[in-house]
Amino acid sequence: MENLVQEAIQNVNMQAIMPSLVLCVFGMVLLMVSVFSKRGNTTHVAWLSIAALVITGFVTLSGWNNPQGGFADSVLFDNFATFFSMICIIAAGLTILMSDDYLKREGSPVGEYYPLILFTTAGAMWMASGTDLMTIFLGLEVLSISLYVLAGFFRDQTRSNEAGLKYFFLGAFSTGFLLYGVALLYGVTGTTKIQGIAAYVQANPDSAMNTMFIAGGLLLLVGFLFKIAAAPFHMWTPDVYQGAPTPITAFMSAGPKAAAFAALMRVTIVGLDGLQSELTSLFWVLAVLTMTVGNFIALSQKDLKRMLAYSSISHAGYAMVGLVAWNAVGLSAILFYMLVYTFMNMGAFAVLVLIGKKGEDNLTLDGVAGLGYKKPILGIALTIFLFSLMGLPPTAGFTAKFYIFAGAIKAGYIWLAVLGVLNSAVSLYYYLRIMVQMYFKDPEEDFAWVKINVPTAISIAISVVGVLYLGIVPGAVMNLAKLAGF
Amino acid sequence: MSASTEPPTNLIASSAQDIEGLLSLGLYALIATGLILILLLLARFLGQRTHSEAKDAPYESAVDPTGDARLREPVPFYLVAIFFIVFDVEAVFVVSWAVAYDLLGWAGFWQISFFIFILFLGLVYLWKMGGLEWGSQSARDQKRRIG
Repeated sequence: MENLVQEAIQNVNMQAIMPSLVLCVFGMVLLMVSVFSKRGNTTHVAWLSIAALVITGFVTLSGWNNPQGGFADSVLFDNFATFFSMICIIAAGLTILMSDDYLKREGSPVGEYYPLILFTTAGAMWMASGTDLMTIFLGLEVLSISLYVLAGFFRDQTRSNEAGLKYFFLGAFSTGFLLYGVALLYGVTGTTKIQGIAAYVQANPDSAMNTMFIAGGLLLLVGFLFKIAAAPFHMWTPDVYQGAPTPITAFMSAGPKAAAFAALMRVTIVGLDGLQSELTSLFWVLAVLTMTVGNFIALSQKDLKRMLAYSSISHAGYAMVGLVAWNAVGLSAILFYMLVYTFMNMGAFAVLVLIGKKGEDNLTLDGVAGLGYKKPILGIALTIFLFSLMGLPPTAGFTAKFYIFAGAIKAGYIWLAVLGVLNSAVSLYYYLRIMVQMYFKDPEEDFAWVKINVPTAISIAISVVGVLYLGIVPGAVMNLAKLAGF
Repeated sequence: MSASTEPPTNLIASSAQDIEGLLSLGLYALIATGLILILLLLARFLGQRTHSEAKDAPYESAVDPTGDARLREPVPFYLVAIFFIVFDVEAVFVVSWAVAYDLLGWAGFWQISFFIFILFLGLVYLWKMGGLEWGSQSARDQKRRIG
């Protein structure tokens, strides 16, 4: 007993969870600040949470090349976790920047919004740094529960309520699948540590024939694939993305998706490395299915948020191609892709935040007619983001897709790369449709309600710089992504 | 971590023996549902059915039912119940610390103090939000917004 206690205390390594700890402390302090400050005044909470994210960013970066493990090997904050944590911090920062005026416009300036985003980010960090399935589950729950609340944040809007409720029910089910998978894997291998599962697979090469092991692994994958919105677990995405507050939609499509990718990569590539051939053929099918479903359904969408939701599904498919490749190029390409996707998608949503009226009924294809002439700067920004989402040079979308498909070709998956490029061609159609509306249609409205506020403008500017920088000189960040691989 | 040396349990190989077990389970399920069906149907066909005002009234322990059954419960009951559960569950952690407080030493003491402090912050938050405010909705709305 005494030994156990001593070991438990020695295993505590605060360094390994310092970034998320900072976020949690700030989150609690901000909850207090918001509850003690005047109702309806949330601007200072927003700026304080930006400060929290900046501090967390520095703390996270200080751990680069200095992997910290602890808590009986259930957490490992290595370069991989650092990279994904930074993606989540950037996503959260951009979200908060575009949120303040949006919340005031929609009439729901409630201070709890910002601490919830911080808690979500902390959960994402636990997912990215967890080396024990229980840690990953804990992170997933912290992330999901905050997101359920955020998705249904506008209590008096039916659509937001619908989004929150749908996300909650389906998310709870998928978490159940994940837990069931963890339980079955524990039953077979006797451990929930990812390294332990890897050792079991190594010692039992025939575990691919073990029914219980397969069932556990597949159920685990279902949980992760739900979070990254991969087909056929994507059904919730359009409704939730459409109904949730727009900044939260942007956040959901970038931060939590990246975190789920991080956990998925660590579980498959570290834990199930022995099953590479089985898993790659599974991911091959899933990647193609996800890309195709996302792109083809997006073709017929009229609502911009819904269209971007389907586009987000298809981008999860592209990123999964890197998982199929299962080599260093493919894996670092996923890291790079998630970073690029954060910038381009958050930027596109930030423009939508600005051009929406109260209630956001005008965020349709017809609603942006003539935007390029009435608001030229916003038009150019949205054009850059759409070019990047299409994957056209010189934007970051091109380099990201290039690395992803290069990894696939290097691993010999020529057909997968071909299908991916064909899918990109399909996606041109619906992205271009927005641009046609912006530049080749006569403006029906004067967009007089669009007031460009400073924080949202900053978040758009950061996204534009990110997209162009990563597109023109991707080398430096790509090197970091390579160093962040396993 | 245990990389067990036993061969992995193959569910398919042992299935031949299991069929016998499954058969008896199926038979048991069949008999159970059949019995219930027979009892229900017998009661329906053989029993006599009479109606009277007293017999059709809802059973309220011999008291005449009054009013509508669709009452509106005041929401504070629900809120307080939820708050109770939130704080009650935390007792598990505190008790598990208390069992080993001498072994955990000062490090354990500071950790549980921090934990209790966070709980306290939660209570402060609830209080300030008006979550513990009894009375009508509007009274609570004046305080803050919850419920």
